[in-house]
Amino acid sequence: MTLALRTAGRAALFGTMIALAACSSPSRFGADGAGLVGAGAMQPGSASDPASPLYFQQTVGDRVLFAVDQSTLDTQSRLVLDGQANWLAANLDYTAVIEGHADEQGTREYNLALGARRANAVQEYLVARGIDPNRLRVVSYGKERPLELCSDEACYAKNRRAVTVLAAGPSG
Amino acid sequence: MQRLLSLLSFLALVALAAVPAQAQQQSGPLRIEITEGVIEPLPFALPSFVAETAGAQDLADQISRVVAADLVGTGLFREIPQSAFISSLTSFASPVQFADWRAINAQALIAGAVTIGSGGRLTVKFRLYDVFAGQEMGDGLQFDGTQEGWRRMAHKVADVVYARITGEGPYFDSRVVFVAETGTKGERKKRLAIMDYDGFGASYLTDSSTIVLAPRFSPTGDRVLYTSYETGFPRIYLLDVSNVGRRELPIPSGEMAFSPRFSPDARTVVFSLTQGGNTDIWRMDLNGANPQRLTNAPSIETAPSFSPDGSQIVFESDRSGTQQLYIMPATGGEPRRISFGQGRYGSPVWSPRGDLIAFTKQSKGRFHIGVMRLDGSEERLLTASFLDESPSWAPNGRVIMFTRETQGAGGMASLYSVDISGRNLKRVRTETGASDPAWSPLLP
Repeated sequence: MTLALRTAGRAALFGTMIALAACSSPSRFGADGAGLVGAGAMQPGSASDPASPLYFQQTVGDRVLFAVDQSTLDTQSRLVLDGQANWLAANLDYTAVIEGHADEQGTREYNLALGARRANAVQEYLVARGIDPNRLRVVSYGKERPLELCSDEACYAKNRRAVTVLAAGPSG
Repeated sequence: MQRLLSLLSFLALVALAAVPAQAQQQSGPLRIEITEGVIEPLPFALPSFVAETAGAQDLADQISRVVAADLVGTGLFREIPQSAFISSLTSFASPVQFADWRAINAQALIAGAVTIGSGGRLTVKFRLYDVFAGQEMGDGLQFDGTQEGWRRMAHKVADVVYARITGEGPYFDSRVVFVAETGTKGERKKRLAIMDYDGFGASYLTDSSTIVLAPRFSPTGDRVLYTSYETGFPRIYLLDVSNVGRRELPIPSGEMAFSPRFSPDARTVVFSLTQGGNTDIWRMDLNGANPQRLTNAPSIETAPSFSPDGSQIVFESDRSGTQQLYIMPATGGEPRRISFGQGRYGSPVWSPRGDLIAFTKQSKGRFHIGVMRLDGSEERLLTASFLDESPSWAPNGRVIMFTRETQGAGGMASLYSVDISGRNLKRVRTETGASDPAWSPLLP
């Protein structure tokens, strides 16, 4: 097999991969990862409607922040999560993915594990507050999805976060 | 098997009869000891290879340039410009006028010729001369293959020259799999890509629809393990380089699986599995059978790397309170801490020679790439910047490629290489941003 043949095979497979990648992902809102809200995403509703995802994001608060290298929830975070638990208890049509993140001051794989610790801390808190664990999934993005882009503590503090991202429908 | 055979025939290698030694004017062997500190690059002359058939001159010139670029790129060699030459080589067979090359202080002379045979087969032959000894250094060699493979043939020639003069293993005929990055820092797109070690011949292995991280080559360089968010959650994938087919590896239940690496016998994968927020290191067969938990601690254990003999694994853990490096038996068992300096240590990679561990170190707000011995002694930091990470070894264990990212909102990642004495730091040519390089073994 020559190099030229191998390249041709690669190009053919590429077409298939791109076509597969176009499959839609479940409806979700509030994700601060890039490009996640596409076709099929639901309208987040009005912020004045307490049952709306927008209300959850803006009024209840969809995220908690962490100290450097830490995954412990401080008093303010627990207050936010109490609100999230109340909201989820009252709005059973929603499930959530809890996304853990780290700042850029760490190695890539360590930060993935650190983000998982943070997301898990939020999940455990919500479950302890009575939320069915089957409605919650966790994922870590490590340092892959920074919200703030500067390389200072002001930005790092906002990037060390766990965000509760609502999705419609029963958990799958 | 089909593939292996075709690769072998792609680069047939034949030793040429040695030329008779001429006037002996011994002045010590032509040799660079690259473990020594600062060295003066060794001057060499590389006249454009002779085209022995009509129409071969372009390829002959290009091959000569790649051979020279490989050698100069190590920082150990200096090319004497052709404008300084007194003699020219018009025929591969004609005797070398050593006095003319000594006069311009060329210590090594590389003479070569290129033939395009009937059917388009390309033949490259060369001889390496020790100019001051007035004799050939090793046998002349001949490579035979397709014209498309001309770059690989040039790298093979340069590998032989490098290995003969330095006494080190070759590394130019190798590839690098990495993560190509486009888009701004807040909207980064990542694709798996592969290229020759010098940045040429790049092609993509995945599209940019999802995050991909930290690829690693199989011990034979034909497959790649990596982490992808294809399903929305980090999982590990196995990709065949020749046809870009890929499949997700089955894993024990958990939220995330990442940081997969091959064992040296290619039968086993070690990786990190996160369960209930806790990350430990596991191993399993490549088909997902026989999963075995190697660490069992509430701390983070990740970034495993096998010793070349497959008997041990180096990894990072924050069980002491900060990220540090540990070595454990490849079947699990009590780990032994090896890093004790100030700061945090992560992403350890065992040298293919077995003698050193490369790592990322974070200290006082800076990142470094460093190396240490297996017992943690003789720690040496090779680089320093806002963010250096993810070292990967050249096949000969003498050069390290890594990721360097610049700071701020416009921050961008690039690949750099440095040799293990900390010299010859340079950026590796890539068309886009790039991170997480993994160097292949030497190609067959």
